[in-house]
Amino acid sequence: MRAILRSMLYIPGNSPSMIQQAPVFGADSVLLDLEDAVALSEKDAARDLVAAFLKTLDFGGQVVTVRLNGADTPYFEDDLRAVIPCRPDAVRLPKCSSPQDVRSCDALMTELERKNGLEPGTVKLHAMIETARGLSNVQAIADCCPRVTALTLGGQDLTADMGVRKTREGTELFTARCLVALAARAAGIAAFDTVWSDVNDNEGLLEETRTVIGLGFTGKAAIHPGQVAWIHRAFIPEPGEVTKARRIVEAAEAAEARGKGVIAVDGKMVDAPIVTRARHTLEMARLAEEVL
Amino acid sequence: MIVQVAQAGTLESSDCLVTVSPAPGLELEWRGPSASLFAGRNRSLVETVLAEKGLEGAKIIVQDQGALEVTLRARIGTALDRARKGANR
Repeated sequence: MRAILRSMLYIPGNSPSMIQQAPVFGADSVLLDLEDAVALSEKDAARDLVAAFLKTLDFGGQVVTVRLNGADTPYFEDDLRAVIPCRPDAVRLPKCSSPQDVRSCDALMTELERKNGLEPGTVKLHAMIETARGLSNVQAIADCCPRVTALTLGGQDLTADMGVRKTREGTELFTARCLVALAARAAGIAAFDTVWSDVNDNEGLLEETRTVIGLGFTGKAAIHPGQVAWIHRAFIPEPGEVTKARRIVEAAEAAEARGKGVIAVDGKMVDAPIVTRARHTLEMARLAEEVL
Repeated sequence: MIVQVAQAGTLESSDCLVTVSPAPGLELEWRGPSASLFAGRNRSLVETVLAEKGLEGAKIIVQDQGALEVTLRARIGTALDRARKGANR
């Protein structure tokens, strides 16, 4: 399973043609959607289909997440009962507004994991922040349960809840993005940004992805397979950054071999956080060279 | 027990449309290129899903649009569940 997830591609849960192709779109992770992408009359069919594919399809090392219907819907418990035995890497809990929302979901997941012979905590939980209340509780949500391994920002619902218009520039999401990224980083978990909804404007997607990386997000959601490469492109470090990172890591490894804790590169002292960031830069460069 | 007519799936590529209605035994009609190519597998697949659901009979029509076996199983299962909804009410 991948450790770094730059992209998370939404796949409609009731579309067999999309699900069966999920592994070839090149995303680091896929999100099989039982919520907004599925008509109310097809919730049962999508649940059956997603569960069947989870049991059968080789996703080729991609992280596989399932977006559940909200805990306030009649579909939520059936979704969990169908999905947990199939052991996806994680489930995404929409409209997560308080730590209690997470704890309630965690309790049911634990019960289902035990019932199905899984270690409690096997299936992780991604908390989707898409209400004003959820945003005001974001740090408590991030910290309340070890099962939570990511925060995800839902821009469309959040702007609707705030009564504001979602714009191309995204000014209305700036505060939310900062809060979600900060909470995730403070909790040591991943942060996924909301989708870029204009599938014909990939330059805009690239620009927005670079912006949210700069705010601390670790990945971004995609709603079309064609967006995956553009998201990954935003994570590619500049050649100069890679050269510098390589020198830092080489110097750190040489110092470690000699038992020295402090190093200097190009006449500047380098400490542990800089070495960590340099390793991350090299990993991003390595991922950029990966070919399917 | 099947108590009503029900459908599941679509006519999109890689999917199938399954129609189920009450019948005392299994009556299977498979439409699409795989009807004769995989006739044996198709019948056995339907029998397996019926058995998993604890059902003995149903009339099942499958319009196969090139669905994988995993999709066929899921759609047949959903159609059967929908067709027996209300059986115990």
